[in-house]
Amino acid sequence: MFGYLIKRLIQMLLVLWVVSLVVFLMMSFTGDPVFMIVPIDATEDQIAQARRILGLDQSLPVQYWIFITSLLQGDFGQSYVFRQPALSLIVERMPATVEMVLVAMLIAVVVAIPLGVYAGANPKGRLSRIIMAGSLMGVSLPGFWVGMVLIYFFAVYLGWFPSSGRGETGEVLGVRTSLVTANGWHHIILPAVTLSLATMAILLRMTRAGMMEVARQDYMKFARAKGATRQDVLYKHGLKNALIPVVTIFGLQLGDLIAFATITETIFSWPGMGKLLIDSIYRADRPVIVVYLMLVALIFVVINFLVDLVYTLIDPRITLK
Amino acid sequence: MTAQTQNALLAVRDLRTHFHTFAGTVKAVNGVSFEIGTGEIMGLVGESGGGKSVVGFSILGLIDSPGKIEGGQILLDGEDLVTAGEPRLRQIRGRDISMVFQDPMTSLNPLHTVGQQMDEVLRLHTDLDAAARREACVAMLESVGISRAADRLGAYPHQFSGGMRQRVVIAIALLAQPRLIIADEPTTALDVTIQSQILKLMRQQIAARGASMILITHDLAVVSEMADHITVLYCGKVVERGPTRALIAAPAHPYTRGLIDSIPDPSNRHPRLRQIPGMVPDIRNLPPGCAFRARCPRAQALCAVEEPPLRALNAARSAACHYPLQPGEPA
Repeated sequence: MFGYLIKRLIQMLLVLWVVSLVVFLMMSFTGDPVFMIVPIDATEDQIAQARRILGLDQSLPVQYWIFITSLLQGDFGQSYVFRQPALSLIVERMPATVEMVLVAMLIAVVVAIPLGVYAGANPKGRLSRIIMAGSLMGVSLPGFWVGMVLIYFFAVYLGWFPSSGRGETGEVLGVRTSLVTANGWHHIILPAVTLSLATMAILLRMTRAGMMEVARQDYMKFARAKGATRQDVLYKHGLKNALIPVVTIFGLQLGDLIAFATITETIFSWPGMGKLLIDSIYRADRPVIVVYLMLVALIFVVINFLVDLVYTLIDPRITLK
Repeated sequence: MTAQTQNALLAVRDLRTHFHTFAGTVKAVNGVSFEIGTGEIMGLVGESGGGKSVVGFSILGLIDSPGKIEGGQILLDGEDLVTAGEPRLRQIRGRDISMVFQDPMTSLNPLHTVGQQMDEVLRLHTDLDAAARREACVAMLESVGISRAADRLGAYPHQFSGGMRQRVVIAIALLAQPRLIIADEPTTALDVTIQSQILKLMRQQIAARGASMILITHDLAVVSEMADHITVLYCGKVVERGPTRALIAAPAHPYTRGLIDSIPDPSNRHPRLRQIPGMVPDIRNLPPGCAFRARCPRAQALCAVEEPPLRALNAARSAACHYPLQPGEPA
């Protein structure tokens, strides 16, 4: 186990290093950030001065060297635009995104698993066909469109939910979150539902496919021959065996939503970090983009590690090596 | 016959289980009747696809769509299981009738410990508390020959060998003290050396508990060692039945004769093993007359026209053949 952890840690550092390299290289091809910062009527001297201040007059390898060495000392660089540490810009906005994603994932799982089990256990039933048609819509309808429809119907037409913003927040363990206030929950429902739909549909389809596969296994019939109820056979014996691919997709989706909830955040004016990424790309704010993408890589690596741990909890035949 | 009916633990009458597929209706079990008394072991014999397993699953009410029990009665102590309904069947499954499956590699849930899978039966069918259930599981594992049983409760199926797993399956089947055990090819997936151990274990356990057993197999050699009487199925119908000794010594139906001849006999060195010619006909589309006639060395004109009913040969035996073999007659 200890050896495994060390191995995973080295692997993680390697991934982060490669990501930093790739992102740094790509960024250097995407326009000159200096022109985004200096005024339109800036003189040659002013441009050169700005370039010097930002360190962009150095060669690319030297820039990267400076970036990496300061990173190792805990300095993640400053935003060109905000003149603030890039990391704190991102971390400030992180709770808003994470809370919305967690609620979205919760909604997705609570809906997808029972419906997926049902559709897998009764593949020919009328209700199953309706569920599957619905899930197909969930996969194929674009999030921004669903978000706008929900806003129109539930916020504008019925007036049940607010259409934008995060609402009141409270502080838990030093993190500001809207999950501790009723008003915050009121605000989070619509964006979370919007964000959950695609994931819900994918998880539902994975669960169904897994259950259909598992339904043919002898141990399912053996469990029934013991006198277990249908419900017990499906959930206790079936679902656990169908869960590995579902957990895998869950992990990937979780990372994906945290990193790239941008569209939903934009539609609902949710002050999360996805919005920051888009703005930074517009402004060629390289330090923010690089740190953001490295953070995303870190999130994915950590989630995948947790998913691997969950595998071992589900299946005793899987061991961490 | 009437007296026997009174004593029968399980009486199956004219059972018909059909599968409605796109390619036509498969009459997997088509008018099967038999009886088992308390403490008896009945061998249910036939080739693959002969409907043996379907009989077993029908008794437990575990026929899934597109299959359906179309008719007949399954009387357990006089109670008809065909019309009993799912809640009642759930009480019966595992407690009155339990089942041992063919492949111990797949019949245990790989993600639950052996202890959990045993405990499930006791939780469903008894009022015992956790400690008493654990004790009962340990005792049962020991009685099926698993050493260090208390430690093994926490083990997962993949930590056991095939033979050991089948012992666990048998232990699960016996846990709630059922009156009838349906064993569907219980040794087919095992090594030959393990087979005889498992069969011996099953016979001991059944005898010790006074339970009855239906032993479903294609292997007449296995059945002849274990069963009190034998029912031979062909294409969903009973073609012969009778007490084991008499039936093996002098089969009346040519199909039974063929099955017996295809057992390798080390004392009698045939240059080649005899086999039944041809294949089981397409059960969706059976020809008129006797279903076995195309493979039968004794078939005559009548066999193509009229299906032979199951007729009594003497008090204990019956066969469905127009021209049954007489004792001592060569094939």
